[in-house]
Amino acid sequence: MNLGVNIAGVELKNPIMTASGTFGSGKDFAPYVDLNRIGCVVVKGVASTPWPGNRPPRIAEAYGGIINAVGLQNPGVDAFCQDDIPFLRGFDTRIAVNIAGRTIDEYVEVAERLATADVDLLELNISCPNVKEGGVAFGVDPAMAEAVTRAVKAVAGQPLIVKLSPNVTDIAAIARAAERGGADAVSLINTLLGARIDVRRRAFVLSTKQGGLSGPAVKPVAVRMVYEVARAVDLPVIGMGGIMTGEDAAEFLMAGANAVAVGTANLLNPTATMDILDGLVAFMEETGVDDVNDLVGVVE
Amino acid sequence: MCQENRTGRVHCMIVSNEPLAEDVRELVFESPAMADEARPGQFVNLYCRHQGQLLPRPISICEIDRAGGRLHLVYACRGKGTREFADYRPGERVEVMGPLGNGFSLDAAGPENLVIGGGVGTPPLLELCKRLTGRTTIAVSFRSAPYLIDRLERCGEVLVATRDGSAGVRGNAMKIVEDRGLTGNIFACGPTPMLAAVQAYAARRDLPAQLSLEERMGCGFGCCVGCVTKVRDASEAGFSYRKVCKDGPVFAAGEVIFS
Ligand SMILES: Cc1cc2nc3c(=O)[nH]c(=O)nc-3n(C[C@H](O)[C@H](O)[C@H](O)COP(=O)(O)OP(=O)(O)OC[C@H]3O[C@@H](n4cnc5c(N)ncnc54)[C@H](O)[C@@H]3O)c2cc1C
Ligand SMILES: Cc1cc2nc3c(=O)[nH]c(=O)nc-3n(C[C@H](O)[C@H](O)[C@H](O)COP(=O)(O)O)c2cc1C
Ligand code: FES
Repeated sequence: MNLGVNIAGVELKNPIMTASGTFGSGKDFAPYVDLNRIGCVVVKGVASTPWPGNRPPRIAEAYGGIINAVGLQNPGVDAFCQDDIPFLRGFDTRIAVNIAGRTIDEYVEVAERLATADVDLLELNISCPNVKEGGVAFGVDPAMAEAVTRAVKAVAGQPLIVKLSPNVTDIAAIARAAERGGADAVSLINTLLGARIDVRRRAFVLSTKQGGLSGPAVKPVAVRMVYEVARAVDLPVIGMGGIMTGEDAAEFLMAGANAVAVGTANLLNPTATMDILDGLVAFMEETGVDDVNDLVGVVE
Repeated sequence: MCQENRTGRVHCMIVSNEPLAEDVRELVFESPAMADEARPGQFVNLYCRHQGQLLPRPISICEIDRAGGRLHLVYACRGKGTREFADYRPGERVEVMGPLGNGFSLDAAGPENLVIGGGVGTPPLLELCKRLTGRTTIAVSFRSAPYLIDRLERCGEVLVATRDGSAGVRGNAMKIVEDRGLTGNIFACGPTPMLAAVQAYAARRDLPAQLSLEERMGCGFGCCVGCVTKVRDASEAGFSYRKVCKDGPVFAAGEVIFS
């Protein structure tokens, strides 16, 4: 059975990746899972300087999902290079670094700093608010998405994945903009904006009022968007959003994803990546599939 | 890479799940491995069967029965998840992960210890009280009917307050502490306003104090940075956000910023 996939020239031993921000840089999972069995670890978002993150409460429960407002708390790219890359290089897995920024310059700074670092892929999180454009997320406007992709691609030392925001009316248009900007792959979906109100306290649960919804509740939205994007661009697609089982992973592959990322499931169960990988293998055996690439985009 | 191996979520046999007071229950379940590893002040994640409620419910360990291979938890029935747990029967299984968090540092215990608990902040202090040596004074408050008092009395002098005045002093545990000017190495767990009062009292009297905090959690084992609290540090901002689930839930009173 072949589980290997190729994302923008990078060989992954299997299509199971981790979704940024749900796996740290793997240290918290090492006691529970064999990191060598993960296709690619996508680390938490890193910025040019340390970001403090939002005030608590940062987590709210929603039916079949969670809403988070972590606010990209991270120690900055220098600390990341020093602490996290050597740790992950102790394992036989691919490393993708998720990049956060508030301006194009900040994104570029991180990519420049990482150009010579020992990592395999970059993932550009364009769901961050652009502080120079009144806080509108880069990823909701095709022109901004294209501009930030082009600027980062110009300095990137590794293939560039652009991670799309689902908070748009036409996600295929944003994917095409990323492709024009020079993206080597796209990943989707990031979290959907949502909110919870505590009716007894008559107040929002999260300190920021709204946050990002993820988990099984978003899966049908994600599958639909992966299908649309896979048909719109000629790039590898990484699908995510509510994957909890091997069959969920197969669903994204069939929608057109070349690889999948496990997010919220990691929070709920530290062995989720292994369970999903085992589940995918079992599904392939059961349905007589020898090569995982044969599942990609099989639905019309 | 040398790593301690851990199991994730496990289904544990329920031994009992009895009420201790109105809307407060004690859940006892079997897990020799967890009972072996657990320390006072640590917690476990309980997971709901209902698949709409995916997040863990963090509940502190109340008693560790290492010989019997069991853990005791005491929980308030509040929202959807804890009300689900209230219906669990002996012989059924509950899904658990743990033990999690740092727990209290017993090295800090001295000849005189002052243990302060409020509401369901009291049960997490019982195992600690059992292990403290020296003279231990235990000031605890409840909304109404007190619970666990007999077990606490085996560990030291117990002073009780209730919010409705139905038993002991009317008010919270800090009223007892302030009125009597109690001193010692402080260990506290309870609602945030009470912990803030403990912090102020400890600072005024120059007493060492450990506080067990609560925050909403996404994972409980350190991966999501969802459960943070402000901790003083040398950075420009004067603080950084630290994880309650992994760096805590127990923090030195002096480092916590309540705001
Ligand atoms: C480290 C720690 C130890 C705890 N120990 C105990 C204990 O020993 N006994 C006890 O009764 N309670 C304890 N709590 C509080 C307990 O976790 C909550 O009361 C419980 O999660 C509420 O769940 P629910 O299903 O009743 O409420 P819901 O409102 O349905 O919960 C919705 C979500 O909010 C979270 N949540 C709601 N209230 C709290 C809260 N006060 N703290 C943290 N998360 C919350 C839930 O975990 C869940 O994710 C502890 C909390 C923490 C952080
Ligand atoms: C706690 C948390 C933190 C996240 N942090 C990031 C991040 O730093 N960068 C990013 O691009 N996406 C981040 N995400 C989004 C996830 O990577 C993923 O796109 C999304 O949650 C959907 O997948 P899921 O339903 O499997 O979680 C975060 C999600 C969660 C739940
Ligand atoms: S709850 Fe996830 S880091 Fe603490």
